[in-house]
Amino acid sequence: MRRNGAEDMSEDDERQQSPRSDLEFTSNKARYCKATGSASDHPDQVLENVLENVLHFLTSRRDRNSVSLVCKSWYRVEALTRSELFIGNCYAVSPGRATARFTRVRALHLKGKPRFADFNLMPPDWGAHFNPWLLAMAKPYPWLEKVYLKRMSVTNDDLATLAESFSGFKELVLVCCDGFGTNGLASFVSKCRQLRVLDLIESEVIHDGTDWISCFPQGESHLESLIFDCVEWPINFEALERLVARSPLLKKLRLNRYVSIGQLYRLMIQAPQLTHLGTGLFSPLEIAGQGDQELDYGTAFAACRSLVCLSGFREIIPDYLPAIYPVCANLTSLNFSYANINAEQLKPIISKCHKLRVFWVLDSICDEGLQAVAATCKELRELRVFPINAQEDIDSPVSEVGLQAISEGCQKLQSILYFCQRMTNEAVIAMSKNCPDLVVFRLCIMGRHKPDPVTGEPMDDGFGAIVMNCKKLTRLAVSGLLTDKAFEYIGKYGKLVRTLSVAFAGDSDMGLKYVLEGCSQLQKLEIRDSPFGDAALRSGLHHCYYMRFLWMSSCRLTRQGCQEIAHAMPRLVVEVIRSADMEMDDFVETLYMYRSLEGPRIDAPKYVTIL
Amino acid sequence: MEVGLKMGMKGGGLNHVGGCEKAKMGFAETELRLGLPGGGGSGEGEVVRKRGFSETVDLKLNLSSKESSGMDANDEKVKVLHKEKNLLPCATDPAKPPAKAQVVGWPPVRSFRKNVLATQKGSSEESSEKAAFVKVSMDGAPYLRKVDLRMYNSYQDLSDALAKMFGSFTIGNCGSQGMKDFMNESKLMDLLNDSDYVPTYEDKDGDWMLVGDVPWEMFVESCKRLRIMKGTEAIGLAPRAMEKCKNRS
Repeated sequence: MRRNGAEDMSEDDERQQSPRSDLEFTSNKARYCKATGSASDHPDQVLENVLENVLHFLTSRRDRNSVSLVCKSWYRVEALTRSELFIGNCYAVSPGRATARFTRVRALHLKGKPRFADFNLMPPDWGAHFNPWLLAMAKPYPWLEKVYLKRMSVTNDDLATLAESFSGFKELVLVCCDGFGTNGLASFVSKCRQLRVLDLIESEVIHDGTDWISCFPQGESHLESLIFDCVEWPINFEALERLVARSPLLKKLRLNRYVSIGQLYRLMIQAPQLTHLGTGLFSPLEIAGQGDQELDYGTAFAACRSLVCLSGFREIIPDYLPAIYPVCANLTSLNFSYANINAEQLKPIISKCHKLRVFWVLDSICDEGLQAVAATCKELRELRVFPINAQEDIDSPVSEVGLQAISEGCQKLQSILYFCQRMTNEAVIAMSKNCPDLVVFRLCIMGRHKPDPVTGEPMDDGFGAIVMNCKKLTRLAVSGLLTDKAFEYIGKYGKLVRTLSVAFAGDSDMGLKYVLEGCSQLQKLEIRDSPFGDAALRSGLHHCYYMRFLWMSSCRLTRQGCQEIAHAMPRLVVEVIRSADMEMDDFVETLYMYRSLEGPRIDAPKYVTIL
Repeated sequence: MEVGLKMGMKGGGLNHVGGCEKAKMGFAETELRLGLPGGGGSGEGEVVRKRGFSETVDLKLNLSSKESSGMDANDEKVKVLHKEKNLLPCATDPAKPPAKAQVVGWPPVRSFRKNVLATQKGSSEESSEKAAFVKVSMDGAPYLRKVDLRMYNSYQDLSDALAKMFGSFTIGNCGSQGMKDFMNESKLMDLLNDSDYVPTYEDKDGDWMLVGDVPWEMFVESCKRLRIMKGTEAIGLAPRAMEKCKNRS
């Protein structure tokens, strides 16, 4: 998956690679900087110039944050040389403050709503509007080239303004965003003449009726990446075909489900240089009649010699699967998470995927399918197993058997997301020992409060083993029956954990206390339906300024308790969110708390009370 | 024509209940005891018992399919959050569990993914076991037939199959243009007057509708029986079909 995909391996991964454009820009800037401020002016000026040239090469934002703390001079120079601005919470700092400090930004990476908003736990129109940022950037950043937004609200007008305000704009990536439609896309693509990347990932796109694909400007296009698999409306295929034909640099193309396999074929033969392909429907729109000639899809795939990432398969007909055999040996990423296939259908494919590093799949493949994965994919780094039936209390196609097999076969595993109906401590402990490189461990036992089905014990020991043995762990999501003991383990051993997700777990305030006191690197804590109350929160307050946010819904917090916290911590914004039909009572339904330099925001809707 | 996001809510395909027999796990031992809220300490006020697993399962069996499929309806635009307060005082009487057992946002799968998988049911092996057999009658024919709607992928396929079964009639043009035609009243009248026979169906609400007015998948989910009517008799249906379509869109 692209590192900008909906769920990054580790969201704040500081090992991000710098885009090529940054390096080009850097060397140009270096030459420019030498020209200003001659050596005879001031010895300090020389040092600053040198520093400026050096800092251009520093891309990691964590390193940059450290650099800016050295002294005022370094702070200034770092601010001048930061070209990619990352804001993890759009309300932590105002657009004006950001543009005032960082004056030469070319790329903005902005995140809005907290993750639990994805699961309908937050009423709509909560906020996270892109508009104020857009307006604030137009003048200070005329050379803005790239915008990456996650969980933000973007309107059609915003898209039009974006393209109009920045003539050199090149890359737009919208992940889990909403508020815009095909009209906005049409205005954006028609005005954005230098566009290289347009990636719409798991965003909700409104159908305004506009044929936006036809709005790309005529003539040769600079497009390198076009991802629109989340757009749930038909597109003009002929226009798309023409667009692909005039985009020689196109490397990434992810189609939506309105592109049939026959149409896919036509696109693939135009673009054999593709490296990332989302196949769309992967079945014909109508059953081929007897007289029709079946296209040789296999040759189309074989022609794509550079293909390393495959996804799509929205309405897969397994008969067509053999078409992808020619590319399996080169694949590093395969997303079957919409493909309802069983183990038998998976085996002939997965047995060829020796180089696979990222694999997303549905639990329809069962434990047997996972065993096949374990047998072949020795290079696997990331596995996600999604449920075909996202319900509790049904039979489990995957279980501890699959997890055990993966842990034994894929020992280089770094990231796992596993939905299941049953899991044992033994299998989780096995994974903790077999896969020491784990950075992300997210296990979702779908039945709430489910104990180990073999021993009847809570799942404390399993998760305890994970935090104890996986020394690089930075992200953890827990589930199943868990007592405070599990949190004691997490607090004691999870010293690198930055993101923790808790649901239906714990016995008492002690659970939360352990975590807040123990996990010194904790940045993002999201908790739902767990018996943690005011006392627990108070005990860990000192830590909250280091956290990006804390989310607690359906816990034991009282309004008074939250009020006290708001008083004690002036730099925290304490939002109490209630749903529309709930009375204001003593218990706080949802608490969303985050550090901010700006104080309470002015765009909060009625159902949000900022204490 | 909307096909995607709202589709999965019909038909309640997400409501299988199974595996109740798995509740032989010694739950007495694993039941957690919680104090009342504000009670603070760990396990002192052992008044509220968490609902055991078996109770959770029982609840589901009692729910009508409408209720639980309505729970997660309309993805992110839901205004009302029905939260289950399973930890707060209303659970003091474990024998009387709250009416809603399904919980918002759990399991944590994004609506987009849930919807995509729900609308795919037509092509999965699972649902070919629950094949959609409907009776087909034709005015004047001596006996009825039965067809499995899941064997077909489009109105054209169905039309061809029925034509083979019953001889001469036609659904007419069933491309997207054809569906637009159905929405156009005067064209509809022409079509009905011209054809010998016109296929109609009874939907979940018990209404008789003209075949072809909704997207194929929606039709398969909602069709309960088919009747091939004489064209002249079907004219009375047309205004109602139009009305229903307008209400839907």
